[in-house]
Order: sequence, then structure tokens, then C-alpha cells
Amino acid sequence: MMRTQVRLQVNGVEHELWIRNDRTLLNALHDDVGLPDVRYGCNEGVCGTCTVLVDGAPTSACLMYAVQAEGHEITTLHGMADPTQEMHPLQKRFLEHGGAQCGFCTPGMLLTAKALAERKPDANREEIRYELVGNLCRCTGYTAIVDAIEAWMKDDHAEDESPGATGAASSAGADAVEAGA
Amino acid sequence: MTDVTQEQATPVADRPVVGESFNVVGTSPGHHDFVDKVRGTLMYAADWKLPGMLFGKVVRSEMASARIVSIDVSAARELDGVVAVLTAEDVPYNAIVEHASGGLGELTVPQPVLAADRVRYVGEPVAVIAAVDQETADEAADLVHVEYEPLPGVFSPAESLAEGAPLVHEAGNVLVNWRLERGEVDKAFSEADVVVEEVYQTQHVEHAYLETEAGVGWIENDVVTLRVSTQVIEHAVEIAEILGLPANRVRVIAAYMGGGFGGKEDTTVEPYLALLVWRTRKPVQMVWSRQESIMASTKRHPFTMSYRTAAAKDGRILGMECDIIGDAGAYPCLSARVLFAGAALSTGPYKVPSLRARSRAVFTNNVPTSAFRGFGAMQVVLGYESQIDAVADALGMDRREIRDLNYVEKGDAVTSGEPITTAVAVAETREKALARLGPPNPPSGPGKVVGQGFGNSMQPYGRTIWFRDHASAWVTLQSDGTLLIRSGVTDLGAGQAASLCQIAAEILGVPLDDISVYIGDTALNPPAGGTFATRQLYMSGNAILRASRKLRDQLAPVAAALIGTEPDDLEWRAGTVSRRTGQGELTLADVARAAQDAAVDTSVLYTWRAPAGRFDPDVGQGGTFPDYTFGTHAAEVEVDVETGAVRLTKYAACHDVGRSINPMRVRGQIQGGAMQGIGYALSEECVMVDGNPTSTLFANYLIPSSMDAPDIMVDIVESGEGRGPLGARGIGEPPIGPPAAALASAIENAIGRRPTTLPFTPERVLALLDQRGGDDLSHAEEAQER
Repeated sequence: MMRTQVRLQVNGVEHELWIRNDRTLLNALHDDVGLPDVRYGCNEGVCGTCTVLVDGAPTSACLMYAVQAEGHEITTLHGMADPTQEMHPLQKRFLEHGGAQCGFCTPGMLLTAKALAERKPDANREEIRYELVGNLCRCTGYTAIVDAIEAWMKDDHAEDESPGATGAASSAGADAVEAGA
Repeated sequence: MTDVTQEQATPVADRPVVGESFNVVGTSPGHHDFVDKVRGTLMYAADWKLPGMLFGKVVRSEMASARIVSIDVSAARELDGVVAVLTAEDVPYNAIVEHASGGLGELTVPQPVLAADRVRYVGEPVAVIAAVDQETADEAADLVHVEYEPLPGVFSPAESLAEGAPLVHEAGNVLVNWRLERGEVDKAFSEADVVVEEVYQTQHVEHAYLETEAGVGWIENDVVTLRVSTQVIEHAVEIAEILGLPANRVRVIAAYMGGGFGGKEDTTVEPYLALLVWRTRKPVQMVWSRQESIMASTKRHPFTMSYRTAAAKDGRILGMECDIIGDAGAYPCLSARVLFAGAALSTGPYKVPSLRARSRAVFTNNVPTSAFRGFGAMQVVLGYESQIDAVADALGMDRREIRDLNYVEKGDAVTSGEPITTAVAVAETREKALARLGPPNPPSGPGKVVGQGFGNSMQPYGRTIWFRDHASAWVTLQSDGTLLIRSGVTDLGAGQAASLCQIAAEILGVPLDDISVYIGDTALNPPAGGTFATRQLYMSGNAILRASRKLRDQLAPVAAALIGTEPDDLEWRAGTVSRRTGQGELTLADVARAAQDAAVDTSVLYTWRAPAGRFDPDVGQGGTFPDYTFGTHAAEVEVDVETGAVRLTKYAACHDVGRSINPMRVRGQIQGGAMQGIGYALSEECVMVDGNPTSTLFANYLIPSSMDAPDIMVDIVESGEGRGPLGARGIGEPPIGPPAAALASAIENAIGRRPTTLPFTPERVLALLDQRGGDDLSHAEEAQER
């Protein structure tokens, strides 16, 4: 199998990889770049656990070869919310509402919700459900995930891009979350 | 929808819990595991990488029933980058050992790790490969040439039970034949005013955890170490047997799972990883593809359930006959126990004075079936709920009234003759679920009919009591006042580890932030016995409760002496110990250091043993399960009379959980279990044609998406009576039971015919509509429009 040198722009950092041409973006991100937040779920583009943002659009990393991703801006959950920084308000809402159980689908859910909010900041419950149709969850039954996203949509989003700020997310539930964190 | 919002707006954490007041139990903190999950930092089984790590691949049978003539691995071995290709002759002890049902009469049939001379299902492993990367391993798998000679196969229990049927195993095609009998069944039927009779059919279903079977193995300290996605680390013993090693030379570490639902209760990747690691002496990773996971992992048993129910005209059930045949697939796995649960729970939460129940697990050349949330006790819910509805209809009685007359109560005998020892609040869960569901919506347009229905269920928690179950937990107070918990528990994502922290925090007054919990390691943690059978809150919850109390009792005299009071005058709260009046406050660090000075242990290892008992398979009576969880789900559907499509429009679920340790997690279990049951009821089926799976993609094995169901509205009942810690009952499995029954009832309410074969696809519903005939239907539609 032919190999190619690829430059990938991931979460604002450039990675240079020497990989087989048939290596999926999923495997390149998970195994070569070392991002555990991009996960194998089905390799057929249905389940959404490997969702990443390619130039801002939710994309199944299993349906793209890594070589095709060159020249595009790739964002994973760790790019949306740096694990060394305070949690993103949407992540806090997931904690507060129990939007994660086994957690395997969670990064994909968060990225899909973020992309929806950017396109349609006032999305209602039905629109949230419609948007999540490409992200399967087998644990929660979706209700708590939709609750979390809906609550976040209704929050004041002024603080989203400024870690450290508190505001609408500091409800009683979020306090409990902080205690657990 | 308004109801939902209000329900969600009520902080679950603030709900009062029964009895004594608690500080931590009954609240819903965001535990360590949740934080890692939403941050995307949790290291699952596939997120583990070691220097020089190889990648494994299982070569699987493409035939359902065949003799292996030869296996040619030469081309695979010669491929660049391939390090090992192993077949049956490379396996020191070629049998996956299952200590199935405890020796109560089932056949003993070994399942090979790698098929040697014969394959019995499509997907059965025949060889295993290690290579320098996954792509090479996959390529090598295609180069293994197996020559098969096809043999006749059996692809349903009916074919398998037919006279002269080909044998799946020489020992016979019936793995086990359970019988439970009590009362005078023939007399009950001869005296009955009404007898209803029906056959119910369920299907093969896939667990469909988002994380496929995965793990990494390596050798450390000359010990084969496997870090895998498993519900049961105790399989280390069986893996050692396969390798021909002493039990102390295999260590299994359980990563937090990306879902399990019973599908990671049997071994999955472990034997194959272990063989490759042992042969290559190198680290190896194995991740099953989604396709092989759906094709070859164990499934839920299709049940054929033939029910007969006898009732008096006042509505009392007099007797029941139930015959269950389960498709075990090609190997035993846990089929004997699943079929036992089916027979034992065949009457559900109803008094049935005379019962004759029989259940058989039958071998076929289909994929093996085994544990799946609900474990045999969930398939029968469609049976017993449909039967009691049918009796009510035959007598012209209300469906609630007939249940109120027949519900079991505390002290009543269950099918095996033993009494129920805790409260039965099923009438309360039913009323709550129905109230939450509310009045029916009008149809959304012409050609649509609306119906409502409900279903109750009774699901055991804890292992059958003849296993003499036990679990250990180890708590250690560090000199700085922080706490370590060590437990062999594995975590499915339901908060198995987190609930242990919450209970310990409650008893010892250690803030949750100051607790670290180490789980799932056969080398470093005391055994907790696997996460299945809704047993961990019951078993490890009781163990941690007692370990924490014992540690508190051990430290109390030290603290009391420092404060100058009596040990029973102490309050343990928020990292401090003080007199109940609040005076003389010490930190836990003060207490820990004082204990060390006084040579008092700051650590307790506690083993909790569940009450044990015996079951007599010849008499069909005896001890079965420790206790049960009851609940009710209520559903509203809209059926399209042109297409037969069923749209679920409202759904409410309520269970009695005894005591809610973490209300948010309880609600999450109920919502998720309900949704998995809704998929089972409406869309999920592993279709096989002569043993060949035809739905091995998420594109054609349809688990519910966010668009397929409405919000799951939840109410929690806390009767205060359960056998778990602080009166809790298990809630992991119970919510998957009622959905199919609730939906069958709702569909019947909408179209006047009750579906009896799962899943309730548009084709099947349309066939029922055709049976009923056009005239009746337009009448029903008109009635609803009015």
C-alpha cells in the first residue's frame, strides 16, 4: 500500500504524518495524533462516535481518508474544549443533566450540538433531536442529552468563549458538578 | 410536552428520600467518571498504546455448519508485517469454560476458542492473526484459506427439535429443560370460567454498545495482563486455563466500558488477545469491527412462548401453563440460566396459585445467544402482560381492576414457592405512569389512529441464590483524611464505581472530592464478582456500606477519646468528626493520624455474602432470586392505517427502586432501558437466512435514533424496601422489560388487534389491520375523529 506524507491541522496544531493512503481520518486522529476523544464506532458513517468538525461542519472521521483532510481545519472535542481549561458551558450542562452514561458517544454529541448552535442559536427541542439523528446513543435514551443541549441553548452565551467566567450555568446543579470535578 | 419540562425543571436531587435523612445519598453529583466522559479524556479499552504494539484480527467462519477439511495459513504468514497466525493446534487448552447454571441438569458442551474440525455458526473463530498494523492484520485475514465441507444445519428451535434433526452437538440439541410446577394445574383449568391461550414470538437482538469489543494485552512480571472492555474480570481464571497457566499468571483489568448490556459478560476479545500476547511476547491490541460485533457477538434469545391462562369469572387467575423455547445458538454460553429466568418469571407480578412452566434452551446453527439486559425475564413480559389483558377482555373487566385483584404482595409465593420478602409497589408505579402519560392526543391527521397502553414488569436483581454470591470492598483512610476505595467492580457506564463513592461518603463523611476509587483489576482489587444480573449495587453496595461502617466503628473510639466523648456521640460529616452537638470538631486527617499513633487500622477489607439457598430441579421448587424490582411503563402511539407504521408519541416510566442512591443515574437507567426496550419492540432484529446474518451494519440493524421516540418521562417510587444498601433495589435491567408489552397494548388500543410477534414492524401491523378488515377500521377512525 502506498504511503503519503500528510500535514493535518488539528485543533490549531499542525501534525505531519507518514501514513498509508487507505488510513481513515479516524485512525489517523485516534492512533497517530493520539486523540482518545475521536472513537471507532461503526466505520460506516452511521453512529457518529467519530464525529469531528471539518472546517466547522460535523463529519464522520471514519468516512474520510486522512489524505483527504489535508488543507482543512479539523476540530475534535479537545479543540472545542481544552481538557486543561475550565469546562465548556455545554459540557457543564451535560454533567448537570446526566447527558452522558457510558460516555462513548459524548464527544460526537457535543460537537454536533456546538455546530447546531452556531448555525441556529435558538434551535428548539425538535430541531435539536433532528440534528442529533446522526449521533447514536445506546445508554441515555436521548432525553437527558436533549435536555442538556436545550438548557445550554437557552443560556446566556456571552461567557462561552471566555473560560473562567460564570453565569447562567452556575445553577445549583452546576455547583454540584464543580464539587464532583 | 409541558409536563416534561416541569418534570425536568424539578431538581431530582432535592427529592426527599424515605426514612432517615442523608447528606450524600439521594443527591446527583457529577462524579469523576462523568467529568472524564464529557471532557473526552476517559481512556477506554482501545485508548491504550504500548511500544511495539501489534494489532490482532480474528478469522471467522463463513459457514453455519461445516467440517473443516483444511486451513492454509501460508499466504497470510508470508505477508509483510504479519507476526503470528494461530489456529486450533496452537491453543494449549482449546475450550472456553463456562460454569453455566451451576450443575442443575444442563448438558456440558465445550466451546472451542478456535474451531478445530467443525464450525457451528457463521462468525465462529477459526484463526487469529497479529500484525504490525490493523490494515495488515485485516489483509492477512483474507489470505487465510479454509476449506469447508458443508454439513446439514438447523436454523430454528423447531428444526432442531424435529425428529431426526442433525445434531449441533453430539450430546444432543436440548441444552437444558427446566420445569417449575406448583398447585393443581389440571384442576385449575377444569374449574376455570375462562381460558385464554396465545403464542408469543420474540427475535434475535444485538446489544449494540457504541464501543465494540476491545482490549490491549501485554506481559508484565511474567503475567499475561489484559486491559479490556469487560463486565467480568473473573474470566482471568478461564483465560489462564486456555493458556495452560496457573491462575495467578493472568491478570485482567477492566477499562470503563462504552456500554455492555450483558454483551461483555462472556469473554469477547480476551482469549484471542491472550493467545497472541503469549505467543508473540509482545503487546497486542484487538478491536472488533462493528460488522463482526453484530455478526458474531452473542445475542438476546428469541423466545417462543406458549401461554394458557385460567381465570374465574370474578377475575381471579386460577392457573397458568407456560412453555418457553429459546434459541441458544451454537454454544451454551449463559443460555441455561437465561431460560431458567424465563420460566421463573413467567407469571410476572401476579398471583398464580397453580403453575406448570417449562423452558428449554435449544441448540441451533445460529449465532450463540447469552446475557442481555433483562436476561430471559424480559421476554416473558410480553407474554404475561398480554395474557392478563386478554383475560380482562374476555371477562369484560377493566385492565387495571383485574391487575389490582391479582398483583402479588409481600409474603406471597412466587413461581418457585418461596415468598416475596419486600414491598410490592406495582399498583403505585402503574398509577404514576398513567397519570404522567395523561389523556390521549387527537390523531395528527386522516388515516391515523391513536392508542394508549401500559405494561408492568417484575425483574430479579442479584444472582440466583444457589451461586452463594459474595462481593468484597476495601476502604482505606489516608493520613491526610482522603479515602481510597478498591473494588473489583467493573463499570458499564451506569455509575457502578460512583455509587460506591457516594455510599462511603455518606457513612464516613468524606467529601466526594476526597475519594479515589480503583476498580476492575484482578491483581490489585478484591473480587466483586462481575457487573451483571443487576447485582453490583446490591452486592458491592452492601459490601462498601459494611466496610465503611466497620471502618467508622474502628475509628470512633480514637476520635471520641480525642474529643472527650463517647463513640456513639459522633457526627461524621464534610470531612470532619464532631460531637452531635457540633462541639469538638476534628478533621478526618486528625483522626487518621491519631489512629495510626494508637495502632488502630485505618483500613477495612469487607466481604459481604448474600443469603444463599437451593433449587431442586426435579421437584421444580426452591430458592431462586434474592429479590425483584417492579415497575410500569405507559405508552401512546399513533398508527398509520395505510402503512402500518407505529409512531410513539408519549412515553412514561415508573419503577420502585427502594431507595434512590443517585436520582439522576436512576432516571438515566430508566430512560435508557426504556429506549432499548422500545427499539426491541419496534425496529430491532438480527435477520438471518439459514444462519447467515443479513443485518450486520448500523445501517440495517436499527437501534433508535433521537428522532424515533419522544422524551421518556420518569417517576421514581421509593418504597424504602429493597435488599440493597439502605433499602435500595437494582435498576439496571428492570426498565427494559415493560416497553414491548406497553406498546403491544397501545397498538391494540389503536387498531383493535394485538401484535404477538416482535418487532412490531409496519408489515406486521399492516397484516393485523388487514385481518381486522377495512370497515371496522374506518369506524374506529371515525370514532376517534369524533
